[in-house]
Amino acid sequence: MNAQDLPAFKKHIRTYIGVFLALLVGTLLTVAVSYVHFGHAGNITMALIIAVVKAALVAGFFMHLVSEKRSIYTVLGFTAFFFLGLMALTIWSMQDHPDLTVPVVSSVPAATPAHHVP
Amino acid sequence: MDILYTVEPREDTGLFNAKVGIWLFLASEVMLFGALFSSYILLRVGSSSWLYGAAKDLSVPIGTFNTGVLITSSITMVMAWASLKLNDFGKFKLYQGLTVLCGLLFLLVKAFEYYGKFHHGHLPGTHTFYAIYFTLTGLHALHVVGGMVVNGYLWGPGARLWETDPERFTNRVEVAGLFWHFVDLVWIFLFPVLYLL
Amino acid sequence: MQTIEPAVEHAAHVEHPPAQADFWRSYVFSSDHKVIGLQYAVTALCFLLFGFLLVGLMRWQLAYPGKAIPLLGPMLHAILGEDMVAKDGVGRLGLMLPDLYNSFGAMHGTIMVFLAIVPLGFAAFGNYVVPLQIGAPDMAFPRINMASYWAYFLGGVVMLASFFIPGGAAKSGWTSYSPLATVADMAHRWNGQTFWILGMVLLITSSLLGSVNFIATIIQLRAPGMTWMRLPFFVWAMFVTAFLLLLAFPPLEAAAIMQLMDNLAGTSFFLPSGLAVSGRKLAISGGGSPLLWQHLFWFLAHPEVYVLILPAFGIVCEIIANNTRKCIWGYRSLVYSVLGLGFMSFIVWAHHMYLTGMGTKIATFFQTTTMIISIPSVIILTCLFISLWGGAIRFTVPMLFALAFLPMFGIGGLTGLPLGFNYSDIPLHDTYYVIGHFHYVVAPGTIFAIFAGIYYWYPKVTGRFLNEFWGKVHFWLSLIFMNLIFLPMFAQGLAGMHRRMYDGGATYAGAADPSAGVVGLPQFVFGLNREISHAAWLLGLAQVPFIINFFVSLTWGRKVQSDNPWGATTLEWQTPTPPPHGNFARPMRVYRGPYDYSVPGADRDFTPQNEPGRA
Repeated sequence: MNAQDLPAFKKHIRTYIGVFLALLVGTLLTVAVSYVHFGHAGNITMALIIAVVKAALVAGFFMHLVSEKRSIYTVLGFTAFFFLGLMALTIWSMQDHPDLTVPVVSSVPAATPAHHVP
Repeated sequence: MDILYTVEPREDTGLFNAKVGIWLFLASEVMLFGALFSSYILLRVGSSSWLYGAAKDLSVPIGTFNTGVLITSSITMVMAWASLKLNDFGKFKLYQGLTVLCGLLFLLVKAFEYYGKFHHGHLPGTHTFYAIYFTLTGLHALHVVGGMVVNGYLWGPGARLWETDPERFTNRVEVAGLFWHFVDLVWIFLFPVLYLL
Repeated sequence: MQTIEPAVEHAAHVEHPPAQADFWRSYVFSSDHKVIGLQYAVTALCFLLFGFLLVGLMRWQLAYPGKAIPLLGPMLHAILGEDMVAKDGVGRLGLMLPDLYNSFGAMHGTIMVFLAIVPLGFAAFGNYVVPLQIGAPDMAFPRINMASYWAYFLGGVVMLASFFIPGGAAKSGWTSYSPLATVADMAHRWNGQTFWILGMVLLITSSLLGSVNFIATIIQLRAPGMTWMRLPFFVWAMFVTAFLLLLAFPPLEAAAIMQLMDNLAGTSFFLPSGLAVSGRKLAISGGGSPLLWQHLFWFLAHPEVYVLILPAFGIVCEIIANNTRKCIWGYRSLVYSVLGLGFMSFIVWAHHMYLTGMGTKIATFFQTTTMIISIPSVIILTCLFISLWGGAIRFTVPMLFALAFLPMFGIGGLTGLPLGFNYSDIPLHDTYYVIGHFHYVVAPGTIFAIFAGIYYWYPKVTGRFLNEFWGKVHFWLSLIFMNLIFLPMFAQGLAGMHRRMYDGGATYAGAADPSAGVVGLPQFVFGLNREISHAAWLLGLAQVPFIINFFVSLTWGRKVQSDNPWGATTLEWQTPTPPPHGNFARPMRVYRGPYDYSVPGADRDFTPQNEPGRA
């Protein structure tokens, strides 16, 4: 690396250390928050928000995504879309179904070992 | 004819080949772990008796500690690459070695956790929560092992490339780093999802 | 103007073996994309033949249910044992038992899709042709390329080995639905299904390594002047195919791991609570979802069908351009369509699951996306059709296959429409209508394109032509018999014949009871079963001239008179025959688009891409 790039790079290193500390704080925060009861949906939301922020820090700075090239952004953009599509559409299809109109009664005899369990 | 852009980036894309390759591979890994996370959601939402809190037999302090270990390994990994960019091979050896050790520590803690569960009779077949727990963390652990093998190689025999082609070696460390950070990234989601929620 | 020179000395960075490499490094463990492409081709063609043999045997059972297979039947009994092959009603050895039929059915599908067609269309043709067509010396990661082939080879070995283990090969369909896949053979843990999963993991690994290579190569190693919009459509098709494989396979890998855990570690990812087998409840934790397997499987398997067809589109496009001596009509439309097709293919998968009790809203969503995805498909076919207009058509053997591809794929595509609408799919799902539909797309569709590609590129690889007369025999017989096989299946499916009936539906014919309003299966279905089987065996015989031609022409085929015998514009024809290690003696420079045929004012009816002048 050239001498003139050095100070700029040292700034990057300061950023990395800052991100490291933020990640540790985020970890402690997410644990602390989990002990407070925000309701079922609330706790999940809080945990996911903190996780997303931490992930963004790792991806953005450690993985240099803040200054990456367009083709990488494009690939990751489509990947994110397809992942969300998989998750959302699968959950939606499990939720959207006609209701059973006839009650199901189980009249099957008791358990039998099915596999050779170790 | 030579294969171009193995070290110097191509002008219009601004990337060298291995960087394109590793990001493509990581995209596929996003889909892999994404599918497992989606499965987790579906199994939990569809379950009539999921496991919560103490019933999970998961130690939050141990999980938090392990999270810290991986985060530390991430900073040491990026510092290893930065040391090479700053031409400090000695520092690289130090940081890369620390990265591998952190990975080892993570696995040891995980092994301890697994042993504890088996000891308490919690097997993958016992409950679907354990099924997805062991699968997610097991697959993640396999990725940690893979990363450690690569990082160990780059610390050891692979480091000889620094003498003949330092730029190419630096790129290799960067690419290995990208994989390692991804492994950390997956854990950043695994930890709260499995341990806290 | 390309001069023929010996390969130059390689610089330090190149990972290729030295010029005097031994046999193993040159032909077996080679990292040269051309050798790897040929390895894929030969292996995949063997699997294609094997997969065809499997269904040839199944077709006997469908045509003559309850009768022992002549000649081959006793051989099967000797190899596979009496659990699979029994004596028939008159004491002859060689009756295919239901388990064996199901095994053959599941493995026919698996082998054809994952071990034959995709490795041929994508890995074989792609590996050989793509680096040449973009002007690159090799793939971006040659050693990963080699690893990808050997992972595929190992996956194939595991799949083949599964026939010989206790319990036989997997028998729960190529779709491997849970819970059947887990409970089908509980007597053995390391059963055919387990081997199937392990084989799939190896194949998926191979696929992943390959797709990373293709995409990185196309992005990074295009020769100077080879802009995106100057790429041959074949390369675009491979590019999109690689993305489909890259992003759609991992969820199946995740599902495969989970099904493996269900089979080996007693988990219940896909096993619901209260699951009972043969009237007895299983001792499992339960809580799993069979639908989860289906979602994860079809998330891959739908893009997979586009993986089956896109390379075919690419091959056909190249051959049509070359044999009409005209530029392809609608290049931009083709490119945008193939990109749109790739994108949409990720959000249509549940049209394979209309009968799982989906609600109307989600079914409508998937029906809508399915209809939308037919648009780029039609655009691509239309562009190829219009490209024929005003062309000076040369009816070479590759062109015959490419021309037949168009209406055959048209039939396949159109018959898919009733399947794509959730309402009309209700009576058609899981019937022979579906089998007819997808075989039209894959057999006189993709396989014809693959044959076309073999006849087209064989001269570049070997320096000799395949025999033209026997090529035409191969073409006409294949075309006729394929139609005789798959066209009647639509009628059978509409009559209600289920796709996995071991006895060809004989039981259901017997169940007919007009007084009670039970229709059963009409008699014509059984006549058609026999005719289809006869046509299938004749189709097999029709491949014999091709196989002989393939080997004989290697040594005695008509030699090419130039490096560019077809007068093609794309870069793979601007190399020596066969192309040397490193492909091009000097870096290529591209000056024009891929299909500059019959350019006004040019001295020939084709202008290669690397020829300077007016772009």
